[in-house]
Amino acid sequence: MDLLRIATAGSVDDGKSTLIGRLLFDSKAIFVDQLDSVEKTSHERGSEYVDLALLTDGLRAEREQGITIDVAYRYFSTPNRKFIVADTPGHIQYTRNMVTGASTSDLSIVLVDARKGLVEQSRRHAFLVSLLEVPHLVIAVNKMDLVDWSQEVFEDIRREFTDYAARLNIADVQVIPVSALTGDNVVRRSENMPWYQGASLMHHLENVQTASDSNMVDVRFPVQYVIRPHNNGHHDYRGYAGQVASGVMKAGDKVVVLPSGIPSTIKEVSTADGPVELAYPPMSVTVRLEDDLDVSRGDMIVRPNNQPQVAQNIEAMICWMSDKPMKVGQKLGIKQTTKSTRALIKELRYGLNINTLHRDEDATNLTLNEIGRISIRTTQPLLADSYHKNRTTGGFILIDEVTNNTVAAGMIIEAS
Amino acid sequence: MKVKNVTATSLRFQLDQISALEAESIFIIREVVAELERPGLLFSGGKDSAVLLHLAAKAFAPAAIPFPVVHIDTGHNFQEVLDFRDAEVARRGVRLIVGSVQDAIDAGDVVEERNGSRNRIQTPVLLDTIESHQLNALMGGARRDEEKARAKERVFSFRDEFGQWDPKNQRPELWNLYNSRLNHGESIRVFPLSNWTELDIWNYIERENVLLPSIYFAHRREVFDRHGMLFAVHPFCQPRENEIVRTEMVRYRTVGDATLTAAVSSSATTSRAIVEEVAATRITERGATRGDDQVSEAAMEDRKKEGYF
Ligand SMILES: Nc1nc2c(ncn2[C@@H]2O[C@H](COP(=O)(O)OP(=O)(O)OP(=O)(O)O)[C@@H](O)[C@H]2O)c(=O)[nH]1
Ligand SMILES: [Mg+2]
Repeated sequence: MDLLRIATAGSVDDGKSTLIGRLLFDSKAIFVDQLDSVEKTSHERGSEYVDLALLTDGLRAEREQGITIDVAYRYFSTPNRKFIVADTPGHIQYTRNMVTGASTSDLSIVLVDARKGLVEQSRRHAFLVSLLEVPHLVIAVNKMDLVDWSQEVFEDIRREFTDYAARLNIADVQVIPVSALTGDNVVRRSENMPWYQGASLMHHLENVQTASDSNMVDVRFPVQYVIRPHNNGHHDYRGYAGQVASGVMKAGDKVVVLPSGIPSTIKEVSTADGPVELAYPPMSVTVRLEDDLDVSRGDMIVRPNNQPQVAQNIEAMICWMSDKPMKVGQKLGIKQTTKSTRALIKELRYGLNINTLHRDEDATNLTLNEIGRISIRTTQPLLADSYHKNRTTGGFILIDEVTNNTVAAGMIIEAS
Repeated sequence: MKVKNVTATSLRFQLDQISALEAESIFIIREVVAELERPGLLFSGGKDSAVLLHLAAKAFAPAAIPFPVVHIDTGHNFQEVLDFRDAEVARRGVRLIVGSVQDAIDAGDVVEERNGSRNRIQTPVLLDTIESHQLNALMGGARRDEEKARAKERVFSFRDEFGQWDPKNQRPELWNLYNSRLNHGESIRVFPLSNWTELDIWNYIERENVLLPSIYFAHRREVFDRHGMLFAVHPFCQPRENEIVRTEMVRYRTVGDATLTAAVSSSATTSRAIVEEVAATRITERGATRGDDQVSEAAMEDRKKEGYF
């Protein structure tokens, strides 16, 4: 059984939480006591039907206002797959929480209200999904019950989205007409929309192919922690613990340790259960080398003929997440893989208009939820790939050194 | 370059979901130790904390677990669980820090609640224990599938100087780039098992032969009905007048205070049998067994805001 991480996205009230509630309910992943509590609350609020959004809107403030504020994680499985679902907020004020949910997902479901069509927030979220390079996207055209199950309405939205998506970088897109409220095309195929020949959402989620999403080619092993037992049995033991970011590693492989560039050979790859023959993402393992080198957290073990950039000048797209605007000249903390250092914002190349995808080269700052391309210089070199090539070694966060808050998500375009 | 077409090779390199969860948890535990100076692990002796301790041991093998474990002893615990705690601590060679609710009551630091529940008053004891041992990061076995407020919490969850959680103002948490930087007076709670479900935990216990207190497996016990739940007769939990005591085969799905934690009828004496029961159950573990969450719709959220784990 494998694991599929899903995140919802889309504008306020498009029905994300209801859709997830419906998905859980119709796949029988709701427990009796959870349903009782949701029924009771719906009834107390004078609602005519059971409000399935209450299954994920778990905070008091969310229930009172009927909106989602922060990501809720839900879990269910079918015989073939375990699903981790992140239900994210649609409100623009909480975009950073949407990005939190989307950053770890394999598949994103962007909802669109059939009555409203693509609104700015649907475009913003679809754009963020493409920027984060979430490998699979589903556009769920929701509330089809409110437009008489009209094929024409659906086709218009599909066409509009296809035009917009042509300018984005998304490999796999499915567009599905649904009603989260009635359950049409969520788990069951809809009888109200015989004109739709495709799969239900659930069928698609169960069958989407993810085997080729991870990068099995470029060996990248960021050292997370050095294991040095202070006991008699393991006097000279020195193990480099970490999670394989990409590629496949095994004993006998010739490697180099970056940033020093010193070559060695892998003596053993192991876990607490003993040596492993092949290590690949997302395995957490311990690597031992033939030579006694000075290797510490933040270093990276790679193959000699396939190396990331050792770079202090970084070109990147960022999504700014703080109320305080980003300014050129600002100094921030940066964390990329297991490396933490400092960065100076050298230049804002452009701010991006989400609706038109127009690049504003005169922009002087980025405010909350804005996206732009920047150029930074780090105090110590990063071991970096482009985010397009590698979602692990190409991503970073920026940290305000006064408040310690995470203020931006970054995706590397180029490192030198 | 990404391999775009599905090949036999890429299918071969797909980790099963329990191993993927294990890898994620080990990554998180190592990250805590690498980035935070004085971490600890909250060890209640329950199944989730037993799995967490097992993962911690695996994360640093062949070295020892590099942090102490912390137990907040309400004084209302099951003896089997305390015995298990002590045996595990000895076997793993870790240091145990105990925060005693009874001592705090005796010293007048906290006042016992009228209903006898020590659920709320364990929060100040937890906060005191963290402070007196200067622990700035505590790992816990809480899972997001347990409860709707937990479903909202980050893996790295910050608490202000009063130990409080602000659910409307959580830090963004991107990819696996956890930001562990603390402001003065702040502490952090880390939940490496966030993405595990009850069924995952049992599958893992079976796969890894994780040791547990005996009360997790079906055994005969004197019980009585209260609010539709089965409570065990215990020095701190006596039947009232009209509550009839009978002997039944039961097991525990969660362990907390004996006064609050109910048993479920079961004949499952092995982890394999429990996996089957859990896969078929239609009631959540807290719904079935915890008096404390049934106080109000937002009981857990309120307790967490006060600093509860
Ligand atoms: N008629 C109809 N109403 C729907 C459908 N899906 C959702 N709704 C209603 O739309 C409203 C908003 O639904 P939510 O699920 O809370 O929307 P959301 O997208 O999660 O909202 P945020 O998380 O706050 O952005 C609720 O009143 C739902 O009952 C649908 O398919 N048909
Ligand atoms: Mg919602």
